[in-house]
Amino acid sequence: MANIISDETIEYVGILAKLELSDAEKEQAKSDMGKMLDYIDKLGELDTEGVEPMSHVFPVQNVFREDTVTNGDTREELLANAPEQKDGMFVVPKTFA
Amino acid sequence: MAKEYETVIGLEVHVELATKTKIFCGCSTAFGAEPNTQTCPVCTGMPGSLPVLNRQVLEYAISVGLATNCDITRYAKFDRKNYFYPDNPQNYQISQLYLPICKNGGVEIETEAGGVKTVGIHEIHMEEDAGKLIHDEWEDCSLVDYNRSGVPLIEIVSEPDMRSAEEVIAYLEKLRLIIQYLGASDCKLQEGSMRADVNLSVREAGATEFGTRTEMKNLNSFKAISRAIAGETERQIDLIESGEKVVQETRRWDDAKGESYAMRSKEDAQDYRYFPDPDLVPIAVSDEMIAQIKARQPEFRTEKMKRYKEEFGIPDYDIEIITASKHMADIFEAATAICGQPKKVSNWLMVETLRLMKEKEVDVEDLRFSPENLAKLIALTDAKAINSSVAKEVFEVMFEENVDPEKYVEEKGLKTVNDEGALRKTVEEVIAANPQSVEDYHNGKEKAIGFLVGQTMKAMKGKADPALVNRMLKELL
Repeated sequence: MANIISDETIEYVGILAKLELSDAEKEQAKSDMGKMLDYIDKLGELDTEGVEPMSHVFPVQNVFREDTVTNGDTREELLANAPEQKDGMFVVPKTFA
Repeated sequence: MAKEYETVIGLEVHVELATKTKIFCGCSTAFGAEPNTQTCPVCTGMPGSLPVLNRQVLEYAISVGLATNCDITRYAKFDRKNYFYPDNPQNYQISQLYLPICKNGGVEIETEAGGVKTVGIHEIHMEEDAGKLIHDEWEDCSLVDYNRSGVPLIEIVSEPDMRSAEEVIAYLEKLRLIIQYLGASDCKLQEGSMRADVNLSVREAGATEFGTRTEMKNLNSFKAISRAIAGETERQIDLIESGEKVVQETRRWDDAKGESYAMRSKEDAQDYRYFPDPDLVPIAVSDEMIAQIKARQPEFRTEKMKRYKEEFGIPDYDIEIITASKHMADIFEAATAICGQPKKVSNWLMVETLRLMKEKEVDVEDLRFSPENLAKLIALTDAKAINSSVAKEVFEVMFEENVDPEKYVEEKGLKTVNDEGALRKTVEEVIAANPQSVEDYHNGKEKAIGFLVGQTMKAMKGKADPALVNRMLKELL
């Protein structure tokens, strides 16, 4: 494996992803991420000089909708997914001190 | 000797677009609905749902770009900005990083010194707004309302070209006016339909490198922006003077306390792990599309000012004030179209409207009386159905509640008494009750008649035509 992921990096990625990893999981993730980066390096070996970056797999562009209200109130269905609700809203852990 | 410092400011301005529906789904954007009643699988990030771009959002973004001298990107696309927060149900915000819709523009502002300066616009991109978090005071939790999730925004990123709070305000006012004239947004800072984040750094005067900058959020008024700029400039200079370093971070301004505090260290762009959104197809902007939007661009302020002068012949000062707000200009034009009396409409706006706005601290964008009702009020005074002081009274009620002046005058019995018999009777009574004034008048004291007019008006509860009263008094005396 050419790419070695440091403990600091895996710690930081864990924070960004809001994941708490056990030591064993961290080791596994370090190895997996290293392999992924190796694979990206492999792709990087290809000569792409003069090739336009692809932004979409289908040759389709300009798909629009008109500015007309088509949706109604489906709050009940939406909140059916909420682990906890109050006053028609989702309850989440406090986000602001 | 104390060192001299220069403040360097760039702005990120978010503007909520005035579309009927959200950027990627057919949910309403109407303000003030019950929480979560304007949501669907797309704007709440349900797996398998697919976003489709609202054409109006693209057209508004291009029209703002054209009006701010930007280059329109001919091949644009959307990217995902990844972050985890409860206001963002998809765990990414759909935005534009690599190919934003507009680039390299700028607007001219007038500086304090009386000169003109161009503030560069780095780019304008389209993106979706996040949901609203409400912090529950009683329980240790937050509540999420996704009605705002997916409301279309454009973010206008300036170059770091501003050097003072005055320049920042001038730039924001210019942007606001352009966008309001385009009808792309009402741009209300208080209500959040226009939000400005201030990126600020200081450096020693004459330095060529920029200092480390901070980003300030939660600025809800021009006053708050000015105070935050002053506060942050001082804080950064203090840090530098005491040998400390400015940390690159996002700070939240507390306008009540007049100070800011760090929210979080600014995540690097790469931490958002941007990548092209595969759910949305690219946008190819044709010459034809640009030509169509250009053709539909409204009359901007300078053109309007010229036309008002030629068409309506009202004073330059009035034109200046009226066209400074699209909303006021709209009221002026609509009322004038109905009553055909530009000077009278302008007078009501320039005198009573400005007076009440100041007295009641009402922003011009929040003026509530309709042009129809203003035209009716003018018609009532023209027909001498009410006198000018009653008209002012009625206008004050219109200003607050937009009442129909015809109905209001009828209901409150404010119509001028044109029954000459009844008026003559009152005048006779007043003459009989004030022999001293009558004598003064006969002795050549012209002023005495003013007192008698006043007494008559009082007896008539203001519902008489003072000119008629005056004439009648002279007759009877």
